[in-house]
Amino acid sequence: MKKYKHYVFALLGVSLLLAGCGNQNGESSSNGALSSSAAEKVYVAPGEQDEYYAFLSGGYSGNLTVYGLPSGRMFKEIPVFSQFPTSGYGYSEETKPMLNTSFGFVPWDDAHHPDISQTNGELDGRWVFINGNNTPRIARISLSTFETEEIIEVPNSAGNHSSSFITENTEYVVAGTRFSVPVPQRDMPINEYKGNFKGALSFISVAPDNGRLNLEFQLLMPGFNYDLSHPGRGKSHGWFFFTTYNTEEANSLMEVNSSQNDKDFIAAINWKKIEEYVKNGGGTKIPANYAHNVYDDHNHTGTSTMKKEVLTVDPTKVPGAVFFLPTPKSPHGCDVDPTGQYIIGNGKLSADLTVHSFDKMIAAIEGEKFDGEAYGIPILKFEDVLAGTVKSGGLGPLHTEFDGKGNAYTTFFISSEVVKWKLDTWEVIDRKPTFYSVGHIMIPGGNSRKPFGKYAVAMNKITKDRYLPTGPEMEHSAQIYDISGEKMELIYDFPTHGEPHYAAGCPAELLAPKSKKIYRLTDNKHEFATISPNDARVERNGKEVHIYMSTIRSHFTPDNIEGIKVGDKVYFHITNHEQDFDVPHGFSIIGQNTSELLVMPGQTKTSIWEPKKVGVWPFYCTDFCSALHQEMQGYVRVSPANSDIELSWSLGE
Amino acid sequence: MKKASILMIIGPLFLLGLYAFPLWNIMLGAPQYPEPLGMNIHIDGIRDVNEFDLQNIDGLNHYIGMRKLPKPEEMWEFSAFPIVIGGMVILGLVIGILGFFKKVGYQWFMGWFVLMSILGVLGMYDFNAWMVDYGTNLDPNAIMKLSNPDGTPMSYKPPLFGHAKMLNFDVTSLPSTGAWMMFTGMMLILAAFFLGWKTRKSKEIEKP
Ligand SMILES: [Cu+2]
Repeated sequence: MKKYKHYVFALLGVSLLLAGCGNQNGESSSNGALSSSAAEKVYVAPGEQDEYYAFLSGGYSGNLTVYGLPSGRMFKEIPVFSQFPTSGYGYSEETKPMLNTSFGFVPWDDAHHPDISQTNGELDGRWVFINGNNTPRIARISLSTFETEEIIEVPNSAGNHSSSFITENTEYVVAGTRFSVPVPQRDMPINEYKGNFKGALSFISVAPDNGRLNLEFQLLMPGFNYDLSHPGRGKSHGWFFFTTYNTEEANSLMEVNSSQNDKDFIAAINWKKIEEYVKNGGGTKIPANYAHNVYDDHNHTGTSTMKKEVLTVDPTKVPGAVFFLPTPKSPHGCDVDPTGQYIIGNGKLSADLTVHSFDKMIAAIEGEKFDGEAYGIPILKFEDVLAGTVKSGGLGPLHTEFDGKGNAYTTFFISSEVVKWKLDTWEVIDRKPTFYSVGHIMIPGGNSRKPFGKYAVAMNKITKDRYLPTGPEMEHSAQIYDISGEKMELIYDFPTHGEPHYAAGCPAELLAPKSKKIYRLTDNKHEFATISPNDARVERNGKEVHIYMSTIRSHFTPDNIEGIKVGDKVYFHITNHEQDFDVPHGFSIIGQNTSELLVMPGQTKTSIWEPKKVGVWPFYCTDFCSALHQEMQGYVRVSPANSDIELSWSLGE
Repeated sequence: MKKASILMIIGPLFLLGLYAFPLWNIMLGAPQYPEPLGMNIHIDGIRDVNEFDLQNIDGLNHYIGMRKLPKPEEMWEFSAFPIVIGGMVILGLVIGILGFFKKVGYQWFMGWFVLMSILGVLGMYDFNAWMVDYGTNLDPNAIMKLSNPDGTPMSYKPPLFGHAKMLNFDVTSLPSTGAWMMFTGMMLILAAFFLGWKTRKSKEIEKP
């Protein structure tokens, strides 16, 4: 990664120069973001590369966007739960199965919390996971191809919000339900919610070799709302923590009715205990119906399998596995510090932060100091588990990340600020405004034992007046703070795409060297691949016509096709023969009802066209691929349905 | 003469490097190829520097009507060179061993060196002739036809040695590991000759 080194040297050079000029080197000036030092901190010169990758969820866009830090440049949008015309994801025959669910084809979702895979509590850069809230799903994205490789639907769940967070060896990715629902779903009066609805916390295992997901078990918790979660790590590895709200189990006018209790809970789940219980034959299998979609990058094809049952676990059947930690004022964020000792529950209606101690929790459990129970689950005494309270003076604390140097950074939605405070002493060190209404904050490596505490990215809900107006709707803004010093410094802000709900980040040197540059044509195992242009052909099977086509700069093989009839269903199976980095070819044909396709070097993709009109119709390459891109075109002759013109195809005749 | 013969035995062995390492290397860099495309010319064929470089060079060259880079079976040189080199190694070893047992004189060492040099020059001549043909014998239907300022058609012959600017490409052509090993081997043989010559001379002075 010599480029990064250059960058560092360049910065050093610049700062030395500035020092020579008598500038206040190293100290943030009173000009804040306007000071020249902020510009230098985020400036990545042309041809230089960023130090970190940041993966920002797209919220209601259903996708994941990749940004560089510190530049804030967007590199890519990775389609996950939503159809994506740019690449044909969700339009091509190969990727349509990825969006299959028990509700049918659902080409959209609300993607919230990305998390990068870990080994021994440190980021390993194999995969990034993200949840779909609306039609509960978990996706796994390869960090070598930056493509979605797997999506598993989560049954008995609704509002898959307290996910997708992973344990420190990527044993499990968790999918907690925000809304409790009848399990199994049935026709019943809504006002009989209390005591009848259940909250499913799903534990999905990740195969260490290929990342394959499997829904191992679902813990059927009382009917609260399971809002956010984080795994334990280090000493608390083996536990998972979930914040709850609506412990009142109200079913209407929630903003009032679910905010009556002064304290809700953080549910502490000893998943190792439950895993053991399940391995010994515990739990109950119940019928379920959910899709499991896997994309294979050798045959470039996704397959969707419907699964028919799920193992459920009643928490009261596993003594010592589940406890409630009372936490004030409808806690939202649930964050665990890098040592695994502190569990931070931020009451979104309070000004203070509540920090629980893992050691105290274990001592209280061992001493059986319970303060009653809820649906058979022991409630620990607030005072017994409390490590401390951060008296912040802010309003509406949401989420906390850590810099690995003993400091925590909490966002405050209502007062629009980031507050830096010290673990153990709970004193506030610094606070900086955000613009405006900040939700999550991200420090690369945030959900790991080893955060890279150089930058923090705040993701804001409201952007007004920050950029040039673009009508009533503006893209959300994100802000980069330099957190390497005692005080935070706002160094950049940039618009994002969709709702940047949460993010995960990691050093570029973890991913850049293993990023895949092409697919090897010789490894292409696609059922309909055209590996040699000599194999290009057109075949008819009743009303289906299959066109086996290859592309290379700057032509399609074949480029003249005759014998297609109105009413046919024409499959274009296009194989890109380039073996050069970043040289895709596109394909589109007039009157096509699906997206045009972008086919990567060595890849095969299939697009359907149903010609409705007699004529000679052109197709062309949509990706400006070479000096003769404009000439990369061809014609399909479409004859009447009753025509007897034979199929024929050619190139250069 | 023993020391000289040992050098004469070791020297030809360096030529075996040509079976493992490229003789020549040509690199093509351009703004859109920050990681340059490259070909390694071995005695038995042309290979990629990085995977798919040859395919991508062919892809670029087709615009200006250059032929595809030859496969080993398309050029007699790639089957002849390994035999010639093998023959020279064996010949050198035989001369060295015979020298060791005093069956031949040090003049044979020079004989081998001169023969190898002639073959080397012929090889370079052939290589250059091939590049001239490759760079100027262009497809008349080429998409792009470029001419020099004086109106003559542009040649795309890569330099035999050193750097040249061809359109937007920086082309460098330099001997590679195999050639350097061959050079080392030949220098050893030259040293063997001088050593043989010196010992003979000193013995001649002693004798009378
Ligand atoms: Cu193209």
